[in-house]
Amino acid sequence: MNDFKIHHRDGDGVSVIELKGYLDAHTAPDLETAFQKLLTEKKYNVVVNCRDLSYISSAGLGVFMAYVEDIRKNMGDIKLTNMSPKVYNVFDLLGFPILYEIYNDEHEAVSRFKEIKK
Amino acid sequence: MEVREFIDAAARAFGFSEKNIANIILAVDEACTNIIKHAYHYATDQEIEISIFPGRHSFEIRIYDNGKAFDPSLVRALDLKDHIGQKRRGGLGVYLMKRLMDKVEYNFIPGKRNEVHLIKYRSSAPTGTGDER
Repeated sequence: MNDFKIHHRDGDGVSVIELKGYLDAHTAPDLETAFQKLLTEKKYNVVVNCRDLSYISSAGLGVFMAYVEDIRKNMGDIKLTNMSPKVYNVFDLLGFPILYEIYNDEHEAVSRFKEIKK
Repeated sequence: MEVREFIDAAARAFGFSEKNIANIILAVDEACTNIIKHAYHYATDQEIEISIFPGRHSFEIRIYDNGKAFDPSLVRALDLKDHIGQKRRGGLGVYLMKRLMDKVEYNFIPGKRNEVHLIKYRSSAPTGTGDER
């Protein structure tokens, strides 16, 4: 069984979700739970750091699609960062770069939220 | 052996690039996920058979199940904005498979079994723009 881990940290009004391992149909419910928790806690500025994400399938992509609307309605956003070329390729095939902000580095994404707040 | 490892080893032996290997693994994952979800309704005691046919110019994968037949004509064209607005999840996997492989076909033997037939050609252009970033 492949491992998937989610690490969540908060700071400067931004929640950073770090993903590690394989995000597929088996593990996507874990990410869904993490997003549910963010909504419950009214944390709408979300950066998803994909540095250690080795694999993503459509089940994982579907979770981002399911929650972005609710988060944006609350003046927040999901910004994605630090993707490997392999993972970026999958996001790109589904047209994510048009609808999601994708950054090379987590700090860039966090800075964007801070700029918006000013 | 896990499905991903099985496909990886065969695609690697065929001589595909890392990117094409990753794309083929994902396409098979999507096909199997759809079978588990739609053909078998998450039943855990059912079988999926995967056969690989490496040819001279093409790498073919045939995936068989004995569950409910899938009608690809029912899958609507992908519109990401529509998916987001309506919180739709379906159709992503089928769309991805078509982008990742050169050919995706669904064949049915009524009352017997269903087949997903995937083909990747040796000389096909890499899919997507991930390497060009």
